[in-house]
Amino acid sequence: MHGIMMIFFFLIPSIPAVLGNFLIPIMVGARDLAFPRLNLFSWYLFNIAGLFTIWALVHGGVDTGWTFYTPYSTRYSNTHVIATALGIFIAGFSSILTGLNFVVTIHRMRAPGLGWFRLPLFVWSLYATSLIFILGTPVLAITLLLLAAERVFRIGIFDPSLGGDPLLFQHLFWFYSHPAVYIMVLPAMGVVSEIVPAFARKKIFGYRFIAYASVALAVLGFLVWAHHMFVAGMSIYAATVFSALSMLVAVPSAVKVFNWTATLYQGSISWDTPMLYALGFIGLFTMGGLTGVMLATLGIDVHVHDTYFIIAHFHYIMVGGAIMGYLGGLHYWWPKITGKLYPRFWSRISAMVIFIGFNVTFFPQFILGYLGMPRRYHAYPPEFQVLNVMSSAGATILGVGYLIPLIYFIWSMRYGRHASSNPWGVVGLEWETTSPPPTENFETPPVVTRGPYEYSRPEEVADGR
Amino acid sequence: MAADARAVVAHHFDSPDQQREAASLGMWVFLVTEVMFFGGLFLAYVVYRGSFPHAFAAASRELDIVLGTTNTALLLASSLTMALAVRAAQLGRRLPLVVFLALTMALGSVFLGIKMYEYHHKFVEGLFPGAAFRFSGPEAPHAEMFFCLYFAMTGLHALHMVIGLGVLAVMLVLGARGRFGPLYHNPVECAGLYWHFVDIVWIFLFPLLYLVGRHA
Repeated sequence: MHGIMMIFFFLIPSIPAVLGNFLIPIMVGARDLAFPRLNLFSWYLFNIAGLFTIWALVHGGVDTGWTFYTPYSTRYSNTHVIATALGIFIAGFSSILTGLNFVVTIHRMRAPGLGWFRLPLFVWSLYATSLIFILGTPVLAITLLLLAAERVFRIGIFDPSLGGDPLLFQHLFWFYSHPAVYIMVLPAMGVVSEIVPAFARKKIFGYRFIAYASVALAVLGFLVWAHHMFVAGMSIYAATVFSALSMLVAVPSAVKVFNWTATLYQGSISWDTPMLYALGFIGLFTMGGLTGVMLATLGIDVHVHDTYFIIAHFHYIMVGGAIMGYLGGLHYWWPKITGKLYPRFWSRISAMVIFIGFNVTFFPQFILGYLGMPRRYHAYPPEFQVLNVMSSAGATILGVGYLIPLIYFIWSMRYGRHASSNPWGVVGLEWETTSPPPTENFETPPVVTRGPYEYSRPEEVADGR
Repeated sequence: MAADARAVVAHHFDSPDQQREAASLGMWVFLVTEVMFFGGLFLAYVVYRGSFPHAFAAASRELDIVLGTTNTALLLASSLTMALAVRAAQLGRRLPLVVFLALTMALGSVFLGIKMYEYHHKFVEGLFPGAAFRFSGPEAPHAEMFFCLYFAMTGLHALHMVIGLGVLAVMLVLGARGRFGPLYHNPVECAGLYWHFVDIVWIFLFPLLYLVGRHA
């Protein structure tokens, strides 16, 4: 249930829904997304989906994990598989509609003068994310529908007694669920691509390469799904190909990391809260990414399969990557969204507490997994005691770190000082309108005459233009 | 003219053209998601057809090719009337629009009626998967897999037809009220795209389920 809740109801919608719906129209200079009513509809769908899943959670949960592997989920599990799958199915429609809305908005609603290579990189990364929403989510939808049909009507597409193949289910499931990882991390990369040039006061290094890398990640993400199935009994030749393709993912990821660090080089860096999160993202994502290359290697994957090594790896990408990016974006655009400033001191403290808590929680898990501690067991041999206690203690620190922003964000909405239209003194269309923006985003529709991140013209930045 | 344009363009668009282009791009993107949605089922079909060719050929012979062919002809005809309806909407001709939409709906309904008759027949013959499944021949479990796929694929297609009929009914009412004309006809166009898509799915389903391997 932890996985289902966190993946489908937090990580996937977090940045696209919270920041994307707000920022995409502003960043392309439009009055709204192309289909505002569809956007509201997808919000309703998301809530209905959440109700189904929470209902299942309250009534005893589901014991299949978020992967719903057959035939356990279709035949043997006595838990609320249908309600949960229905929740995810409906949430999927919400994702699809959001992705569709973003793609149409970016194609058709751009302000005069705003060519593709003048778009902020956040827009590029959400465009790539939307492609995955559109191409991947329907496959998960049909897979869950077939699972439900098999469970309810005994229409057994995956039923081994009819010659059905459980491996087919796994292929279909991971065809969505591996790209879903990029749904979670690409938007965070977009946020970092905005924050790094803003707080280094420098034009981003390798703009086009970062833009292309986003699209490359979306495309490559669809070609690597079977690396989740190396020990599931598929052909060794297929596994070799998927292993090689998986390593290719490191290329666009590294392109981004190198370009961000090159942007920092000789920049005029200010240590504001969003920048702390962005730097945390770069470090933690690099750790997660490099261990990902280790896991793509067939031999190592078989050795550490289903151990804490995997847990640590994907939490470095999901929590260290996606959530750090989400919090960074929230801190960066909070003054724009609410028109209020949050306390500088506490926000920087919380960023550091989260960074420390995260590493204390998940780094020991790399060691535990490498030593052979399997996932999904509550018991472990006594020699693993120290590292397990360390991990639990880190989780407590991490929890405190997450509570601090909750408190000061709520506090700032009532007591925070008013934010000017451009509190960070940075460039970008969203900083040219008031904080918070008017209903139609701009008093006068903007005309774009230059690319993003033009920090080489300081006099214009100082004017807030 | 300008006053008309303002009346049909939503507040966040600059022009009727921008609104129409956004609507049609949105519909095409939606159809891409539909292709991926059906794609999962087609993949399952291809995998199992490759694994159990003889059982699938034997099971395929249980389907009624006359009814299947009739249905194919009905759907193709409905695509023609749909295209004529879109043309009528673009020109703002109210009566032809209503007539062609009604014809499209009638053809679609007859298709669904025939499909229901086929389903009924399969239930009576014990060809619906599950405890009551009876199939005389070797590899009965694999033939049952064929019927699992048959009901899943045609059932999902029929569901799309029912939704399409609902959409067309709305278009019929709006069209009868004279809501469409040269400046504003995106809803009819999008409904048309959807209807053609559902037809095309059937164009793939018909040979895969009724024809391939029939004479093997």
